[in-house]
Amino acid sequence: MKPWFRQHLAAFFRAARRLTDSPLSALLSILAIGIAMALPAAGYLCLDNLKALGANTSRVQQMSLFMNTGANEKARAAVERRLEALLPGQWRFVSRDAALRQMEANEGMAEIIATLPKNPLPDAFILEPDDAGPEDLERLRATLSAWPGVAHVQLDSAWIKRFDAFLRLGRLSVHLLTIIFAVGLIAVVFNTIRLQVLGQAEEIEVARLIGATDAFIRRPFCYLGVLQGALGGLTAALLLLAGTLALAPHVTRLAALYGSAFVLNGPSFPHGLALIGSGAALGWLGAQLSVRLIRDR
Amino acid sequence: MIIGSQIYKRYPGGFEALKNISFEIAGGEMALVGGHSGAGKTTFLKLLSAIERPTSGSLVVNGQNLVALRPAALPFLRRNLGLVFQDQKLLFDRSALENVLLPLEIIGLAPREAQRRARAALDKVGLLAREKTNPIALSGGEQQRLAIARAVVNRPIILLADEPTANLDEESARQVLDLFIAFNQVRVTVIIATHAPQALFPPGMTARVLTLSHGALVP
Repeated sequence: MKPWFRQHLAAFFRAARRLTDSPLSALLSILAIGIAMALPAAGYLCLDNLKALGANTSRVQQMSLFMNTGANEKARAAVERRLEALLPGQWRFVSRDAALRQMEANEGMAEIIATLPKNPLPDAFILEPDDAGPEDLERLRATLSAWPGVAHVQLDSAWIKRFDAFLRLGRLSVHLLTIIFAVGLIAVVFNTIRLQVLGQAEEIEVARLIGATDAFIRRPFCYLGVLQGALGGLTAALLLLAGTLALAPHVTRLAALYGSAFVLNGPSFPHGLALIGSGAALGWLGAQLSVRLIRDR
Repeated sequence: MIIGSQIYKRYPGGFEALKNISFEIAGGEMALVGGHSGAGKTTFLKLLSAIERPTSGSLVVNGQNLVALRPAALPFLRRNLGLVFQDQKLLFDRSALENVLLPLEIIGLAPREAQRRARAALDKVGLLAREKTNPIALSGGEQQRLAIARAVVNRPIILLADEPTANLDEESARQVLDLFIAFNQVRVTVIIATHAPQALFPPGMTARVLTLSHGALVP
C-alpha cells in the first residue's frame, strides 16, 4: 500500500473515530445538516411532482380548430392531411352536424336550435397535442390559424401560463432557499471543525514539532467535514423518503377524488446519491475554510 | 553538522535573546548548552529546531540554511531532528505506544513496521511493559523517557533536548542522561540545554560545553 494512501486511510479512520468519540454532538450536527438539506430538497421534490402533474394535465388540454362555415370538403381534407402530418393521432374531426346534435342533446337547447333557419356551426377539429409547453402551444396556434380554410383556433392556455409562471417562481425560490441553506450547512461544518481544531491544538502543535506537514494535520478535519456532510445528506434523503411515504397515500386519495391518477414521487436513488454527494462537497468546503485556522495559527 | 555564524535573535519589542553567536557542532558530537536562566539556551535550541528563525546571521543544519528555509521544507527538516522538551509535550488522550507511533504515522510507515519500531524505542527507554499506559499515569522520569522514545523512533541525526532533567530526581535524571549518552555513542549528535552542565555529567565523562551569558557565547 502506498504511504499517501495509507495516510489518507488513517486520516479517514481518525475522523470517523472523532465522530464516534462524541456521538451526541456528532448526531446533533448531522441532524442539523440533514434538516438544512432536506428543506430545499423537499422544495425540488415538490416542484418535480407539480411539473409531472402539470404535464399530465396539459396532455388533456384541448385546442379547437374551427373551419370557415363555407369551407368545402376539399379544404377540410387538406386540413386533415396537414394535421395528420403535424400531430399524428392527436386530433379528431367533429362535423358541423355532429356538433349540432351534441348541442341539441343539452337540456333546453333543442327548442332554441329548432328556431334557427340553418346550422350555424362550422366543421371543427379537436386537437390534443402531447407534451407541449405554453410557448409550443402558442406557436402551434399561430401556425394552424394561417392554414387556408381555417377560421379560428382557440387555445385556453392562460392557466398553463399561470401554472408555468408559478413553477418558475417556485424554482427560483427553491434555488434561493438552497443557497441560504448551503451557506448554513457550511457554517455548521465550519463551526464544528473549528471547535475540533481548537480542541486538538496541543496535538497539532506536537505533530508540527515532530515533522507533520500542514496537509497531514488538515486531512482528518477535512474527512470529518466530508463525513458529517455525507451523513447529513443521507439523513436528508431518509427524511424525504419518510415524508413521501407518509404523504403518498393521502395525495393519491385526494387526486382520485379529482379523477386523476397522480402519484406522489419520493426521492429516487440518484437523488439520494446527489444529496449525499452534495452534502459531502459542502462539508468538505466548510472544513477547508475551518482548517485555514491551522495554517493561520 | 551544524554551523552558526553571527546569529542574532531579536524578539518583537526589541529584546535581544542572542547576540552575535558563531559556533560549529560536528556530526556525532555531544554538546551541552549552559548558562543562567534567561541566558538564551531555549532560544538557541528553538533556532536549531527551526521553531524560531534568526533575525540575522546564518544557521546551517544538516546542510540546510534555516534562515532561507521555505516553510514547506520545514516538516522534512524536523523529521531528521529528535526534540525533547522540558514539559515533554506528550499527548494524554492516547497510550504510551500511540505517542511513540505518531512520528511514524507522519512519515506514512506501514502499521506493522511502525509498531515494531515504536516497541523497540519503548524497549530502549525501558517502557515496553507500559506501552498501553496513558502517559498521565507515568512518573516524571518515565514521561521524559517516553518523550525520548518518541524523539528517537524516527532515527534522527540530531537529538535536541531542553532541560530534560530539570524536574527529575537524581536517579531519573541519571537514567535519562544515560539514554542520551547511549544515542550519542551510535553517532547521533546530541545537544542538551541545561542550566548546570557540570552537574549533569558524571566525573570522567566529557562533553563540549557552549556557555551562554545574556545572549552571547562565553569564550
